[in-house]
Amino acid sequence: MVFLDFFFALREAGLKVTLQEWRMLLTCLEKGLHDSNIKGFYHVARACLVKSEADFDTFDLVFARYFEGIEGAIELPPELLEWLADPHPMEELSEELRRALEHLDIDELMRRFRETMAEQTERHDGGSRWVGTGGRSPFGHGGHHPTGIRVGGPGGGGMAMKVMEDRSFADYRTDVTLDVRNVKLALRRLRQLTRSDGPIELDIDETIDKTCREAGEIELVFRPKRKNDVRLLLLMDVGGTMDPYFEPVSRLLSALHEERGLRDFKAYYFHNCVYERVFETAQLMRKQSIATSDLMRTYGERWKLMIVGDAAMHPSELSSSRGNINPRLETETSGLVWLDRLEHHFDRSVWLNPDDVQQWAMSGTCRTISSLFPMYPLTVDGIEEGVKALVGARAETARPVLAPGSAGL
Amino acid sequence: MSTSANGSSTAASPAFKRFAGTTDYIASASLVDAVNCALALERPLLVKGEPGTGKTLLARHVAEGLGLPLDSWHIKSTSKAEDGLYVYDTVQRLNDARFGDGNVRDIRSYIRLGPLGRVFTAKSRQVLLIDEIDKADLEFPNDILREIDEMRFTVLETGDEVVAVQRPMVIITSNNEKELPDAFLRRCVFHFIDFPDVAQMREIVAVHHPNVEKTLLEQVLLKFYWLRDQKELRKRPSTSELIDWITALVRAGVDPARLEAEVPFMGALLKNEQDTRAIESFVARGGKTPKAFSELGGLRR
Repeated sequence: MVFLDFFFALREAGLKVTLQEWRMLLTCLEKGLHDSNIKGFYHVARACLVKSEADFDTFDLVFARYFEGIEGAIELPPELLEWLADPHPMEELSEELRRALEHLDIDELMRRFRETMAEQTERHDGGSRWVGTGGRSPFGHGGHHPTGIRVGGPGGGGMAMKVMEDRSFADYRTDVTLDVRNVKLALRRLRQLTRSDGPIELDIDETIDKTCREAGEIELVFRPKRKNDVRLLLLMDVGGTMDPYFEPVSRLLSALHEERGLRDFKAYYFHNCVYERVFETAQLMRKQSIATSDLMRTYGERWKLMIVGDAAMHPSELSSSRGNINPRLETETSGLVWLDRLEHHFDRSVWLNPDDVQQWAMSGTCRTISSLFPMYPLTVDGIEEGVKALVGARAETARPVLAPGSAGL
Repeated sequence: MSTSANGSSTAASPAFKRFAGTTDYIASASLVDAVNCALALERPLLVKGEPGTGKTLLARHVAEGLGLPLDSWHIKSTSKAEDGLYVYDTVQRLNDARFGDGNVRDIRSYIRLGPLGRVFTAKSRQVLLIDEIDKADLEFPNDILREIDEMRFTVLETGDEVVAVQRPMVIITSNNEKELPDAFLRRCVFHFIDFPDVAQMREIVAVHHPNVEKTLLEQVLLKFYWLRDQKELRKRPSTSELIDWITALVRAGVDPARLEAEVPFMGALLKNEQDTRAIESFVARGGKTPKAFSELGGLRR
């Protein structure tokens, strides 16, 4: 079945399309719901296969790549599917298609179609079209193939392709966009429910049990309410290379401030790397700062640490003992040692990096830091992964431990 | 006409009545296609979208368009899956037993069917709206999975099995407050109502306010899309708020020229104190609002 390749292309692109959904699509096509045009096919396929607007953009990209140039040949895909599902219903085909079929048997047609398709993916950048107008293939119309099949004609199919090419759903991708609401959703998992202290509630099961044991003499049993026990400390890199990321970072911050479920939340700022002081405001004023060693005394190891920064700096800023970029705040201890201390002090910590994941490997300091902290991109998906790393089941990964005396690294 | 390779029968003509939108409801082509998919597959249609884009209205108009009766199940945070099937009114029965009222011996008279139970037992095909499914507990969608899939359930107290006479058309809306489980999503046809672009919005406004003055409407839409473009806003105004706003403007007889300079009746659009203050101070500072749609930069149209 030729479209099966489309199914695998979608799965390869990361969409969790299942066979059940694929069969839903086939049923719809059998019933002719796509009205034999590419726009209808696009709508039907999307409704059946994609279950989140966040995946629409990925779907559009795969669809556009797979059916590129089909605009002009709008009647092709549904009919092709029908031939492939069943070689008999020729009366369904247009006059032109039937004439073409007399010259080419179905196997031959199929083989060529597959070949052309494979070629198409390879030559994607070249822009030559495999089915459509002005192409060199036997499929489509207005092409240069002497014995080719003229398929379809003018039609209103352009809209769907335009939607795809415009990528109008790109804004809904969760691996790119970040709005306060999305972030709040991602942060929902930041929960560890405990019954340690706090207000009490009536324990009905236990009350019934006790009352029965007392032969009907009512005995009320109370217990502390379940409460979220997550305490989160956020350290944010500001200024310099972080300036372009002001918006996503501030959205994360406001989402965290609005997150009422947290037992405690505190945020501090730093520039480039954490040295001996962190700051209460983004202006990094010494008056409003706290010594990093005090920070670790104030916030015990039960706090969870989330650092936001691009981890990109001059190598000496990270490893030299006099690396602090601000000369007035010259330090005796290197930033890397401070980071290592933080990582060891807190039970769990993650690093969220707003840079593109591809860029991480290009920065040496980023590689060093990501070996110290589990690093995730500052996207909705990344935050969700990071939150899982903070509260989820512990994945045992060995991290390189710096020797305590390696200050001059 | 063909039969499919997997052997299932294919009707020569569509065996269902297609939905084509109604005069009062502007449905995009993709929405119509999604509704028809759900109808053909007899699977629930899951509709997501920003609040105020007409998700709930859709069910009413699908029912109207198909000429079928509509039943609704509005989900609350306390809703349980069983509530949709049936409720066994034990308290009533106990009460009746105490005072000797009613037919206490017949459990069946104390079983009250919920929305799902009602549409299953109805003689004709029904449209069922399950509104705001994401309001309920995380497990809720999984709990109704089997009932929606097989369209049958058993009343435990009596052992009676309720089987759908006619598979209802189920429309489920979600505001995206909670992720829905994959197993649930797999069984649904999905549609996301994208925010209408300016041209679509004109059509929608025309349905509700057919006689708005043209210059006023242009100003209104311009201001509205400009407001939606403002990143600082915590809650962006929606279609239904726009309709309300136009009602207010028309009733007060606001001059289009006044609209150019300020945003009257902002309370109809912005429901958040900080948002109102932000826009007010922006206007007070003499901030520029656009004069033409072309000035709206990153607007998705």
